[in-house]
Amino acid sequence: MSRARPARSAAVFLLPFCVLFTACFIAPIGYALYQSLLKSQRSGPLGFGREREVFAGLGNYTHALQDGRFLQGFGRVLLFGAVQVPVMIVGATVLALLLESASARWVPFFRTAYFLPYGVPGVVASILWGFLYVPGISPVVDTLHRVGWDVDFLSNGTVLWSIANIATWEFTGYNMLVLIAQLTSVPGELYEAAVIDGASAWQVAWRIKLPLIRPALVLTTVFSIIGTLQLFSEPLVLRSLTSNIDAAYTPNLLAYNEAFAANNYHLAAAMAVLLAVVACVLSFGFLRLVGRTGKGDER
Amino acid sequence: MTGLVRVRDRFTTGATTRRDPRGDPRRAPRRPRPAEVPLRHRVLTCSVLAVAAIYFLVPVYWLTVSMTKSSSGLFGTFGLWFSDPRPIERLHDVITYDHAIYVRWFLNSALYAGVGAAAATLLAAAAGYGLAKFRFPGREGVFNVVLAGVLIPSTALALPLYLLFSRIGLANTYWAVLVPSMVSPFGVYLCRIYAAASVPDTLLEAARIDGAGELTIFRTLGLRIMTPALVTVFLFQFVHIWNNFFLPLVMLSDSDLYPITLGLTSWQGYADRQPQLYQYTVGGAFLSVLPLMVLMAALQRYWRTGLTEGSLKA
Repeated sequence: MSRARPARSAAVFLLPFCVLFTACFIAPIGYALYQSLLKSQRSGPLGFGREREVFAGLGNYTHALQDGRFLQGFGRVLLFGAVQVPVMIVGATVLALLLESASARWVPFFRTAYFLPYGVPGVVASILWGFLYVPGISPVVDTLHRVGWDVDFLSNGTVLWSIANIATWEFTGYNMLVLIAQLTSVPGELYEAAVIDGASAWQVAWRIKLPLIRPALVLTTVFSIIGTLQLFSEPLVLRSLTSNIDAAYTPNLLAYNEAFAANNYHLAAAMAVLLAVVACVLSFGFLRLVGRTGKGDER
Repeated sequence: MTGLVRVRDRFTTGATTRRDPRGDPRRAPRRPRPAEVPLRHRVLTCSVLAVAAIYFLVPVYWLTVSMTKSSSGLFGTFGLWFSDPRPIERLHDVITYDHAIYVRWFLNSALYAGVGAAAATLLAAAAGYGLAKFRFPGREGVFNVVLAGVLIPSTALALPLYLLFSRIGLANTYWAVLVPSMVSPFGVYLCRIYAAASVPDTLLEAARIDGAGELTIFRTLGLRIMTPALVTVFLFQFVHIWNNFFLPLVMLSDSDLYPITLGLTSWQGYADRQPQLYQYTVGGAFLSVLPLMVLMAALQRYWRTGLTEGSLKA
């Protein structure tokens, strides 16, 4: 076989994907970088002349980074992620270990019940939970009120955690399924051997199962971090129910509003770039932290 | 070619029996018999599992109950129990409201998710197979760039993509949502790992010696052996597109092109002014989650198969 053949054949298989990948991933990033370095300027003495685009250097970036609302939004999603991601991952791990333990019953029913919310679109989940948060409609608020506990799920202090609850409800079951998939890929004899050696169920879970599902834990955590930074539809939907969520509640919401409400595409592009950079730094930082590069493919 | 078919058949059956113990959840680790586990443990475990199930199912139950109510019933009666239930009539209201716009949104969602996921799966299969089965300079570079694509927040891409698409006149068309939906870097990652592990080079060599072209080999051998991974990629992408909100929100302004997610939020946003929209939003939400839930419950097996492949190498 000639040496040129594999390269030519590979090109045939890779080309269609690579063309679309370039159009939908690489080109937008390049375009966002380019747009983020420009600004609109009106000519003429009173600024009523034609609008044109001029080079702005890093002006949009300094503008974004000096915008208190943008930084506050970042602070908010970071706080959100620091609490919600561990809660969700721990919850998913506990459920996965319990479902795979010997003492569980009705496993297929429980597994399906936990996984179902993943099939509910984020906005629909937000609409749904929104109804469960609003006094007057919500049976939860209703019931709690009757037992003498008045809670406001949409107050300034609680609404972030109400959003966290929606995200947890949606994705715990999905993460659990990833963990179960890895748990069941480990040969059962390993557990049996440990049990014969006198290990308790707790020891098997802590000493054997947890280390074995580490790669899946890393994967789900990284995806959760990326998901957290993109927080958008939940606050957007709940905004119509409470005044405690403003147009700059999350960085994504602010970038969207800058682009479509304020028509400031250049600033929005800079914000999108910053968002992608933070996402990459956090995911790679986490992968570094757990001691793997995440790209190791020995083949 | 008969030789090729024979080799393929022998191999594919071999591959299925080899993979089955892992792919089939029913055979996954053997459970000790109930008697071996102390009662205390069983009661504790099942209580925790039951409490969790209540948490995950109550909102769905509320939706099912509320779907049968009118707007005034939604506000005036206890949320977790029926009052004057008329499911057929309420759903009829949802479907016929505003010249059956809901049906249109539903079909749009089906189009975006169905066509987008099918195209994404095929493209990812070809790319993953190409990366796994051919050595060429720059192969790892290409793979790493695609992997980086997994880590980029899709919402960070949507804004610049909108600016680009509006330049070339694609914004606010079906293509604006369909084209980005056809790209799945995660699918390529999964397909490469699966192809590298399950499509043997010797089999491809045998087929080449038989005189088969590369595309024929891919179609008759590659796609067939990779089927479990392809089902997983399709499911992931289908749910991803069906649930997607940001991309259509940014791209579309014509409500005739909306998917369900976008349509329902527009109803919810107007409900302040038109109270009957509360009822329609609830009914529409109920209808929108039905197909996906059935799909997910029925195909759980495939979620697990592919997920294992993905997470093992992460």
